[in-house]
Amino acid sequence: MPKVLMKGNEAIAEAAINAGCLHYFGYPITPQTEISEYLAKRLPKVGGVLIQAESEIAAINMVLGASAAGVRAMTSSSSPGISLKSEGISYLVGCDLPAVIVNVQRGGPGLGGIQPSQADYYQATKAYGHGDMRLIVLAPSTVQEMATLTGEAFDLADIYRTPVIILADGAIGQMMEPVDFSERKPREIPPKDWACTGHGGTRKRNIINSLMLDPEALEKSVRERFERYKKIEETEVKYERFMTDDADIICVAFGIASRICKSAVTAAREKGIKAGLLRPITLWPFPKAAIAEAANTAKAFLSVELSMGQMVDDVKLACECRRPVEFFGRTGGVLPSPAEVTAKIEAIAAQL
Amino acid sequence: MSVVFDRPSALTDTLMHYCPGCTHGIVHRLVAEAIDELGILGRAIGIAPVGCSVFAYNYFNCDMIEAAHGRAPAVATGVKRARPDCIVFTYQGDGDLAAIGTAETVHSATRGENITIIFINNCIYGMTGGQMAPTTLPGQVTTTSPYGRSPKIQGNPIRMCEMLATLDGVAYAERVSIDTPANVRRAKKAILKAFRNQIEEKGFSIVEVLSTCPTNWGLSPVEALTWLRDNMIPYYPLGVYKDIDKKEGDMK
Repeated sequence: MPKVLMKGNEAIAEAAINAGCLHYFGYPITPQTEISEYLAKRLPKVGGVLIQAESEIAAINMVLGASAAGVRAMTSSSSPGISLKSEGISYLVGCDLPAVIVNVQRGGPGLGGIQPSQADYYQATKAYGHGDMRLIVLAPSTVQEMATLTGEAFDLADIYRTPVIILADGAIGQMMEPVDFSERKPREIPPKDWACTGHGGTRKRNIINSLMLDPEALEKSVRERFERYKKIEETEVKYERFMTDDADIICVAFGIASRICKSAVTAAREKGIKAGLLRPITLWPFPKAAIAEAANTAKAFLSVELSMGQMVDDVKLACECRRPVEFFGRTGGVLPSPAEVTAKIEAIAAQL
Repeated sequence: MSVVFDRPSALTDTLMHYCPGCTHGIVHRLVAEAIDELGILGRAIGIAPVGCSVFAYNYFNCDMIEAAHGRAPAVATGVKRARPDCIVFTYQGDGDLAAIGTAETVHSATRGENITIIFINNCIYGMTGGQMAPTTLPGQVTTTSPYGRSPKIQGNPIRMCEMLATLDGVAYAERVSIDTPANVRRAKKAILKAFRNQIEEKGFSIVEVLSTCPTNWGLSPVEALTWLRDNMIPYYPLGVYKDIDKKEGDMK
């Protein structure tokens, strides 16, 4: 299949249709509105449904309904809108329902700005909803990955019966790059015999529910879900290494920040500093083992983020305080320049 | 000997948790009878609310989904759009439908979602123990309006059928009551129509059922029925507020 030049947001939308998602429910918010605009054009032509909901809350609950009815469904938003969806996300988890939720992050808190941000890392990886829960969080860094990881997200959601988050940012959402939609092979999906489709008098009725008043029963169901999470942690971790084999200083960065780091690492190498980059593609499960292994040889880590420092906590936990973990970031929608990151790498190198 | 009265097949053989004298049981039965009579049990999908009828998923013998508080019409929208051949209904109380879920109710109505909503209005929050509802009457004492609901302080009650009847997407909105056998029969007719409308793809149908809550009203079941008649019906008049099958002059 030939490559197509597309915006990151459009690549997500097209990849969703390719993955068989014909049900989209959303509410307009910058900088992700192209997803619903693209789908509004395309879905009616392929027998799909797009509803512009009255709110983010309604949209996520429409996703819950469609998913409960056994079809692939998605919603997308940006930071403030995602906060509104957190109720529904928790219910999706409690009901063991698959769903794909895209967050094209912008600066916060509050209404914040509309420029790129990664300041929803804590929210996405630790607290997208109330209760004991985890979510698979995927972090694309190119328009190609916006497409590939969207397809992957639908498969993971169905296989593990969990919502999956695409944690993108305004930069990747808005930038244009070539995409090849045939790059990914779909996985095998288990049958949805749990779905509410009308029992037709031929099977026991299905109940989709997150209410369990008996503490023992609730604990049991949460533990069963955590067994699934354990399997995800064992088998679904994804990350990329760039010049890490002999690196003294390893940058850890995801999404748009990882691209800035690649330039900075290359510049640092030109200055004789052995720098490298470890890029988590799954933010949960976090590539803990890869960082722990890198800590055997690297002398220091540098977490680079479009925030005041959130993932840096997970990097520290992963290397178990065996190496210093530094942080560099810009927030509020400001992108760090490669030169700023290179300067930080140089400063760390001077202390080694 | 022939059986003259039996449990509808759309109700499971589960002991209901409702308080003595509560009218949820009657309405559950009416919904189940309607499902049976229309022969739609196999393609029915019910959405349960948060509130006293939260366990509705244990009682209706069809596929059931438990929604978050107030979100049942949004969940129903998702289900119906995914499975247009299924018959999708929500069963919601006044706090669920007319307070926390007002936006979902109004917008599913104005979109004309082809769903059926059974709305139980008993002027109080039952499950949490008798707090003020959006439909609590002026002067009515609840645990959060202990001196009686004052429109100046707590605001006014909301009349949902009247409001929804103004929306183009609504095919049918009727308010009924279950305070007398005659009214129970009228309620049954309305519920049947609300489901038949969906089968015939007429659009959004809602039946508001005035109901009692003896426990939180602090009345006996019989006193509660009288209280409903004397206080609720004057504020929430019974009748058809919208029916696309009828001309405007035929209403109410």
